[in-house]
Amino acid sequence: MPRVGLFVPCYIDQLYPDVGLATLELLERFGCQVEYPEAQTCCGQPMANTGCVNDARPLAERFVEIFKGYEYVVCPSGSCAAMVKHHYEEFFHGQPDYEKLRERTFELSEFLVDVLKVERVEGKFPHKVGLHQSCHGLRELRLGSSSERVGPQFNKARQLLEGLEGIEFVTLTRPDECCGFGGTFAVNEEAVSCMMGLDRVHDHEQAGTEVLTANDMSCLMHLQGLISRQKKPIRVMHLAQILAGRPVPN
Amino acid sequence: MVTLKQIDHPSNAREFTRDDARAHWHDQALWFVRVKRDRMAQSLPEWETVRERASAIKAHTISHLADYLEQFEREATKRGAVVHWAANAAEHNEIVHSILARHGVKRVAKSKSMLTEECHLNPFLERQGIEVVDTDLGEWIVQLRGEAPSHIVLPAIHIKKEEVGELFHEKLGTEAGATDPKYLTEAARQRLRDVFLSCDAGITGVNFAIAETGGFVVCTNEGNADLGASLPKLHIACMGIEKLIPRAADLGVFLRLLARSATGQPITSYSSHFHGPAPGGELHIVLVDNGRSEILASDDYRRSLHCIRCGACMNTCPVYRRSGGHSYGATVPGPIGSILNPARDPQKYSTLPYACSLCGSCTDVCPVRINLHEQLLTWRRDIALGGNLSASKRLAMKAGGWVLRHPWLYSLAGRVGRWSLRWLPRGLIYGPWNPWGKQRDLPPPPKLSFRDEMRRRKP
Repeated sequence: MPRVGLFVPCYIDQLYPDVGLATLELLERFGCQVEYPEAQTCCGQPMANTGCVNDARPLAERFVEIFKGYEYVVCPSGSCAAMVKHHYEEFFHGQPDYEKLRERTFELSEFLVDVLKVERVEGKFPHKVGLHQSCHGLRELRLGSSSERVGPQFNKARQLLEGLEGIEFVTLTRPDECCGFGGTFAVNEEAVSCMMGLDRVHDHEQAGTEVLTANDMSCLMHLQGLISRQKKPIRVMHLAQILAGRPVPN
Repeated sequence: MVTLKQIDHPSNAREFTRDDARAHWHDQALWFVRVKRDRMAQSLPEWETVRERASAIKAHTISHLADYLEQFEREATKRGAVVHWAANAAEHNEIVHSILARHGVKRVAKSKSMLTEECHLNPFLERQGIEVVDTDLGEWIVQLRGEAPSHIVLPAIHIKKEEVGELFHEKLGTEAGATDPKYLTEAARQRLRDVFLSCDAGITGVNFAIAETGGFVVCTNEGNADLGASLPKLHIACMGIEKLIPRAADLGVFLRLLARSATGQPITSYSSHFHGPAPGGELHIVLVDNGRSEILASDDYRRSLHCIRCGACMNTCPVYRRSGGHSYGATVPGPIGSILNPARDPQKYSTLPYACSLCGSCTDVCPVRINLHEQLLTWRRDIALGGNLSASKRLAMKAGGWVLRHPWLYSLAGRVGRWSLRWLPRGLIYGPWNPWGKQRDLPPPPKLSFRDEMRRRKP
């Protein structure tokens, strides 16, 4: 039985507890023994992405200390997993605890597909789904093929969703353009950030998306904020919530 | 370098997005180019291998740059060209001016060269009484408007054809209200033909200089470099020292990538090779450093010197497309500009590395595999460590970091936040102090956090 340390990003912990619960249920359904180390807070990405590495470093040190003992670390966010796997490098280059941890840290869909070798997730989801490609998952963790590169097409989130009965996928005009969240970018460059987000929402609207989903709740928080303000009918769910069989919210 | 005025990208971008229809038109125009580029890239199954190869050639060249530059100088000199070395923009401008002055040049036809833009050559020569005409159609349009290019490949991408019609009516006397691109282009063509026939010298940029042969290649779609370099007796080619490739055999790798990445064409209409001066003429090549050696010395940013100025990172950048080239306040805008400009003046350009959602599309699109979004992130670190981050951001991150180091404090802050979202009147939550909430609602707050839920689950 794989022993998993559940890494729940701070904003999911505080604002989207159900995404954490859905992740936990999924991991347990596929036979993992899951622990949630309560000492965890945040991986330090907001500080690191602002350039404040000296504020990020102690958070990174805490993270490695808290999670180093687990067989696997799984996170329902490509961005936070990429922070640990790619950007902790500059703090801990070559340190054995870290090198071991980075190899054992996974984003949820990646863990289900590549480690647990999940072939099919049982369930029904008779809805038109718009799959948003969160950038760090796509272009840093390579959870799918990006539209810029030439090569085989694949997408781990879609592969998992495809097993659900009745699910349909919409076709977007821009399959993997950024939603404009970008962490502090969302407030620092508010005008461009919101224009990017509204353009994504519009693309989904045109394509007939009923439920908008992604591997990252941060992108969805931004998109949902715009959808809610504009009173659009599109519903928003994290990938884990759909896979865990949650109903579509009203 | 002295900082004159800090570029405020967020404000410039806000200004650009104010005209929503125009900002969307700009975004679409560039996205159209990105789509054309995708089609061209996808037509080459070996695309990723070619990118890899180009990156390796550039890495090799850059790491042996001094040797290759000397080889290039020797070979070019053998072919009868005169090679000049300029440490900075001022030296470059002086060298170009002294050559022109020696020949008594009054009028110069210039084809597209981002290097001469970078060095602000036009205003310098104009102050010395020399007329410079930019003969690339897009560059000529922005020159007539008294503006800088907003894109390195598509200098006038921010201007609509109606506006070109008005400009040409005023400056060239074309019919009022004309918007037909064919008519307007023909008018430009006729006028530029006079310039080519009457100019005393041609200045061109350089896309690729070949160390092995001492020759160089200029890529255009309009053939203007050929006319400007062939009709007058004097040709001056200005190049940044990173434009070098070792062998003629390497050229094919880059020509396959350049136009595909830039405009979605298999190749530019003209790839003009220059090997020594035309019979009876003079050819001068000015090699310019202007800060490149400093970038070369940096492990973090060296790869930015691979850049072949195709502009693909601009076309794909969701921020560039929605903020316009001028919002960056620099000759080279967009992702690559946000790396190159802070290297010149980190204080003046400190907002540029933040004009980026770190989506990584630029890195994936770059034909020479520059890790653009990683370098942009590294720049943020250098800006913060160099004290060029605003005090409000610095303090917010310090405070945030401190709270997150103490789980009890973090939980308390979360609880207070969720409680406030639930109970405070909307007017207190949404206001000018909350940039998130200007166009976005905050998420409906749950009663319990995930950790609260987990505690409840425990037996």
